[in-house]
Amino acid sequence: MEAIFKRTATLKDFQTHYCPGCGHGIAHRLVAEVLDELGVSERTIGIAPVGCAVLAYDYLDVDMIEVAHGRAPAVATGMKRTNPDKIIFSYQGDGDLAAIGTAEIVHAAQRGERFTVIFINNAIFGMTGGQMAPTTVDGQVTATTPKGRSYIGQGYPMKVSELISSLPGSIYVERCALSGPGQIRKCKKAIKKAFQLQIDGADGLGFVEVLSACPTYWRMRPVEAMKWIEEEMTQIFPPGRFKG
Amino acid sequence: MAGKIIIDVEKCKGCGLCVSFCPRGSIVIGRKSNMKGYFTAEWDGSECTGCGICGIVCPDAAIEVYIQEEVKAVGTKGAGGKSGSRKVAGGPNAAKG
Amino acid sequence: MCGNEVLAEAAILAGVDAYFGYPITPQNEVTAYMARRMPEEGRVFLQCESELAAINMVYGAAATGKRAMTSSSSPGISLMQEGLSYLAGAELPAVVVNVMRGGPGLGNIAPSQGDYFQSTRGGGHGDYRTIVLAPSHLQELADLMWLAFELADVYRMTALVLADGILGQMMEPVVMAKRSSARELPPKDWALTGKKGRSQNIVRSLWLGDGALEESNYRLQAKYKKVQQNEVLCEQYRVEGAEVAVVAYGIAARICRSAVNLAREAGIKAGLIRPITLWPFPGEQIKQAAESVRGLLTVEMSCGQMVEDVKLAVEGRVPVGFYGRPAGGVPTAGEVLARIKEFVPEPAR
Repeated sequence: MEAIFKRTATLKDFQTHYCPGCGHGIAHRLVAEVLDELGVSERTIGIAPVGCAVLAYDYLDVDMIEVAHGRAPAVATGMKRTNPDKIIFSYQGDGDLAAIGTAEIVHAAQRGERFTVIFINNAIFGMTGGQMAPTTVDGQVTATTPKGRSYIGQGYPMKVSELISSLPGSIYVERCALSGPGQIRKCKKAIKKAFQLQIDGADGLGFVEVLSACPTYWRMRPVEAMKWIEEEMTQIFPPGRFKG
Repeated sequence: MAGKIIIDVEKCKGCGLCVSFCPRGSIVIGRKSNMKGYFTAEWDGSECTGCGICGIVCPDAAIEVYIQEEVKAVGTKGAGGKSGSRKVAGGPNAAKG
Repeated sequence: MCGNEVLAEAAILAGVDAYFGYPITPQNEVTAYMARRMPEEGRVFLQCESELAAINMVYGAAATGKRAMTSSSSPGISLMQEGLSYLAGAELPAVVVNVMRGGPGLGNIAPSQGDYFQSTRGGGHGDYRTIVLAPSHLQELADLMWLAFELADVYRMTALVLADGILGQMMEPVVMAKRSSARELPPKDWALTGKKGRSQNIVRSLWLGDGALEESNYRLQAKYKKVQQNEVLCEQYRVEGAEVAVVAYGIAARICRSAVNLAREAGIKAGLIRPITLWPFPGEQIKQAAESVRGLLTVEMSCGQMVEDVKLAVEGRVPVGFYGRPAGGVPTAGEVLARIKEFVPEPAR
């Protein structure tokens, strides 16, 4: 028998610390597969966020750096501008990118920085115990919205792909969902396209938003969480190509 | 049987995604727990088409999917893919220079 | 050239690969100069969205093994404290220039020395140290910029060059020359350059394993000890046989030098101890002076910050006095002379 699906080289052979059913596991694998298929793992530098994925360097076998919360696009700018031949990517959650790091991502897009951003949107702050994120949806119960988020007074969900695609320096913006095998395949295509653009030296930011499950803090089983992405999250964060 | 899967029991966290998405319903959460205490997924040994969906949805890259050579040769005529091999992701043919 | 331009050109001569900055008075000549000169040299210049972004861009470039710097003034340096802590934890070389202005808060744009604490006591979180270099004239500013990049690379630390609004704006003749490194710089095999030919490099400051961060801190402390043993710089002027030693740094030291000369003319045996490295602090030199003088008068353009380090070094042997004017008040040599006269205790009968 021939293996048609197995762990790819850049995905280290360790069990992850992520919860059962967590979307990070799938997203990491997709990034690793893309880097291997494009043959750029050896000249890639990745930026791990502050969040559940802070230990991403234990799972992705590329040069990696930890940075302060939200600052990844600035760090990536410093890296790419001084090393244009390297493939630079940031991997950020919704606290990192849509809360504390909003200035950094907006300005990186404004300047048309030439790196790739993988934005994991799971509508919650997982690492710190399930608090409201800028992407938390109406009525969602979290540690800091015990009665369910109310848009009036507690803010509206931030639609980051729409925001980034409105900036001239972004050249590829797509939102996809890790909600089932078909959708996961689409995510991989989007991630691959974003990295290919960087390899080709494209003049601008490649941005992929990935709707991802957090079963633990959504208080759902993994299968239910996937359904919730499909049926609820996509209503507020519609998947699709916004640019490029 | 066209295909088979091998589940790395120590990586599995019993999340149940493969169980839910397997089109044949051939995977179940078993009664054995691994070293971490998770009740892990088990393939019941029944018909596997080697579709690879279980591998794709697994957040822990705990499943390897295999397909028989003959089926591979027949099944991929006109199904696209390079060098006649039907691959889903990863695997020995995946990484190229 | 004005001081700001001197420090910029000195950095270029030192081979700085990237400058990231944000405008803030009184160092805007630096960003303008770098905007013009860095592209001329084929290096990277970027005016970014904030000082917070700037220090993180330095962090990124430094992590790939490049020489990177930023400059700002007091409030902007406050924004960079998070970045300085991360640079220290990740052991990355970087050069930061602070052209001090009055504070706290928005303050004013006049020169001051109010950031001594901020520079030497953090101000980011955690047990770390920053090398702090304090020039008092423009030739020294140029020389210390070269030294800053060297020390940063040798010790994998941030070297902070502490100037002020006067130094930044004043014009003096300076010899700008390309130099060769006196020291052997260690190879940057820890840098992120792509894992080809080796295993993965990780730049990090998070150590969650049991006891791991404690160990990491001891490693840092051992490094800091080496810096303290090897890199102290201090000037002593007319301290031989002095009754009173004035302790001052930077622009204040130039004023005090004049005051010391005036004091000597008035028959008071005064001398000047001028720390050039504020960290590592020349505690030994001050301690030694305390064996022979009858008192030390610390003069700063602040409400009294370095005076605490002087007191620590003196260990109560002799009185330590203070004279200072904060937030744009610049002491005159005459004022300092008057304070020296007040401070010198009557000789023992």
